[in-house]
Amino acid sequence: MGKEYVVTLCEGPSCIHKGSRRLRQLLEKKLEKHGIAGKVRTFLSGCLGMCAKGPIMVINPGYVIYGGVTVDDVDEIVEQHLIKDNPVARLTVKESHLYNRFFRVFGDAKFFGKQMRIALRNCGIIDPESIEDYLSLRGYEALAKVLTDMTPEDVIEELKKSGLRGRGGAGFPTGLKWQFTRAAESDEKYVICNADEGDPGAFMDRSAIEGDPHTVIEGMAIGAYAIGANKGYMYIRAEYPLAIERIQKAIDDAKKHGILGDNILGSDFSFDVEIKLGAGAFVCGEETALIHSIEGYRGMPRPRPPYPSVKGLFDKPTLINNVETWANIPVVIIDGGDWFSKVGVGKSNGTKVFAVAGRIVNTGLVEVPMGTTLREIIYDICGGIPGNKKFKAVQTGGPSGGCLPEDFLDTSIDYESLAEVGSIMGSGGMIVIDEDSCMVQMAEFFLEFTQSESCGKCTPCREGTKRMLEILTRISKGKGQDGDIEKLERLGHMIQKASLCGLGQSAPNPVLSTLKNFRDEYKEHIYNSKCRAGQCKAMLSYLITDNCIGCGACLRACPVDAITGNKKEKHLINQDICIKCGKCYEVCKFDAVAKS
Amino acid sequence: MPKTDTKQDQAKLSELKEFIAKCKEKPNPQSYLIAVLHKAQELYEYLPRDIMDMVAEQMNVPTAHIWGVATFYHYFNLTPPGKYTIQVCLGTACYVKGAGQIMEAIQDELSIETGGVTDDGLFSLQGARCLGACGLAPIIMVNDKIHGDLTPEKVRKVLKDYRKAEKSKAS
Ligand SMILES: Cc1cc2nc3c(=O)[nH]c(=O)nc-3n(C[C@H](O)[C@H](O)[C@H](O)COP(=O)(O)O)c2cc1C
Ligand code: FES
Repeated sequence: MGKEYVVTLCEGPSCIHKGSRRLRQLLEKKLEKHGIAGKVRTFLSGCLGMCAKGPIMVINPGYVIYGGVTVDDVDEIVEQHLIKDNPVARLTVKESHLYNRFFRVFGDAKFFGKQMRIALRNCGIIDPESIEDYLSLRGYEALAKVLTDMTPEDVIEELKKSGLRGRGGAGFPTGLKWQFTRAAESDEKYVICNADEGDPGAFMDRSAIEGDPHTVIEGMAIGAYAIGANKGYMYIRAEYPLAIERIQKAIDDAKKHGILGDNILGSDFSFDVEIKLGAGAFVCGEETALIHSIEGYRGMPRPRPPYPSVKGLFDKPTLINNVETWANIPVVIIDGGDWFSKVGVGKSNGTKVFAVAGRIVNTGLVEVPMGTTLREIIYDICGGIPGNKKFKAVQTGGPSGGCLPEDFLDTSIDYESLAEVGSIMGSGGMIVIDEDSCMVQMAEFFLEFTQSESCGKCTPCREGTKRMLEILTRISKGKGQDGDIEKLERLGHMIQKASLCGLGQSAPNPVLSTLKNFRDEYKEHIYNSKCRAGQCKAMLSYLITDNCIGCGACLRACPVDAITGNKKEKHLINQDICIKCGKCYEVCKFDAVAKS
Repeated sequence: MPKTDTKQDQAKLSELKEFIAKCKEKPNPQSYLIAVLHKAQELYEYLPRDIMDMVAEQMNVPTAHIWGVATFYHYFNLTPPGKYTIQVCLGTACYVKGAGQIMEAIQDELSIETGGVTDDGLFSLQGARCLGACGLAPIIMVNDKIHGDLTPEKVRKVLKDYRKAEKSKAS
């Protein structure tokens, strides 16, 4: 008879799509049938970070990871592994031998070997809906320690020693922020968790909450104790229903266990957390806009100072930190600021979580010590670019960040080094771009985003981004003019300097960084009407090659009858009529339509 | 005035009113306005004008203020959506993998623009920012269902399948 196994199924969006929930149902049915339902526990976890290999199933003890599991495999897993202790080699994710180490950092598999998990330490290991699971891994121990052995000043001192900096983008020293908020005098103070996650193409905070909601709550409670607050708000995107459900359950469970509410763990400290939903506005990630949104107004930023630490929510001193920052707090308390400060490089301590996506073999979440290089993340951890394509750029920091070309791949990931080469750490979005993407269009994409998300309050951001976008659109449409590059640079610098909030101040970054690193591509667009990636339609023509067998599919698909040719003979596109809609390219089954 | 013709209408309305009443008991009631609008949209699928008037009256704020908030946040619909709301992810990962072409294919297939609803009321089309399934990029979400690893051709087929399913249900 088998051991008492625990089977974890990943419930990240990718794995759900590939059927993880269905797998669990089936698995439970089979366990029932074999009479071992009482011995094997199954649960759905937050994103395990291996989205490309999903659906992922982890079986403990043993840390055996199965990838690409289908309903047909369930019988074998139950009969071989769960009953006969005989893991199914065929299904294991290759190069993944996991072993238990400090904080259960996942083992020497390539994907996990260079990672170090602090913020995500429990993700995928515990059942996020079970407070008992969290408690069993030293959960709420940090809070207990703080309440019994430490004064608020001690907590802040420990945090300063750790060198932890904000993970929401700007990297402000967390200890200092806490100190300022503690120092502000008021009868009422608040803490806020910023879970607005506005970067389009990133999902770190969502996964952290879905995988381990209690950590965030514990961090917030410690913060509230340190600054003297009794009320916390979790501002989370309405687009994240599962995360909202999980955090609500975690709050309710914590209340039942006396960990939230009045006189926590018998102390005289009281604290409660309330969820506030965002409603899809990127600028609401900015702290002053977020505060307005919680207050029930349009999410418009206001000038700082006064900073929220002095005058924040309902005009009271307010401590606002990012999800990942909060998730680091319990570790700093339990293992000490000294230990934490030894992880990382220079002035960047600890780890950073990245959501790596785009043209990459292993899309997913990674957490690495600061100082890891971009190359290590992209090639060693995430397996490089698929399909023999050539790497072109890596984008960090989302719409506020920059694009770095191959020469910068050995840049160390820390706040200072990334800023030095013209990008930013950001909140953790990392998009890999290969030769098939046009950098002018990339810049246009990000600017289109910030332009439409600009709240409209200040002129440089509202009007300036619009003018920049017009120029970019003109260039990608093949109508670029001499002098456009210089105009973009002038406008960009002006907007950076004159905008009211971080949105405008950083909006030109994607344009300026591509202008710096991929200037030739802009020039080719403007002066030679050429898009080397073959993406800008205006500069594109479709041709039919000798692969054509004359099936007529393209001829029928063409909406403007630009294609002629007899059956079973090579067809021809009349370039004067062609509107470059790409339908022929879409429908051809013989790779006979080429873009040039 | 909001409709109260059917039992359903009445139930919805009283549920919303109860929700508002609860919010008004808490400190800083104004700060629950966005929560109230979420509730209203959950019940009505969009924010009808008469409901906004009702909320204004109940919460003691001008309708203009509510309109200002509702238009600021993309999440709120001001017109009724179709039976199936298609959200095309235009996040960065999806964009890099061709979300633009997916969007064009859908617009072409349904003959509507982003933000529009098909004449038969079956589909409405929206752009979305990262739906968190970047591993499957490019993706679309039809109501709650994700369709991933799309190509323009595949997405046309997805839409056709919905149409077909709808027809067979009707007949
Ligand atoms: C336009 C804009 C968007 C932002 N979006 C986010 C976000 O989505 N999540 C976040 O944590 N911080 C975001 N920030 C940063 C916050 O303003 C704030 O600095 C942060 O929440 C502070 O927490 P930290 O010190 O833990 O990083 C944004 C800032 C700007 C200017
Ligand atoms: S960018 Fe489309 S799901 Fe993330």
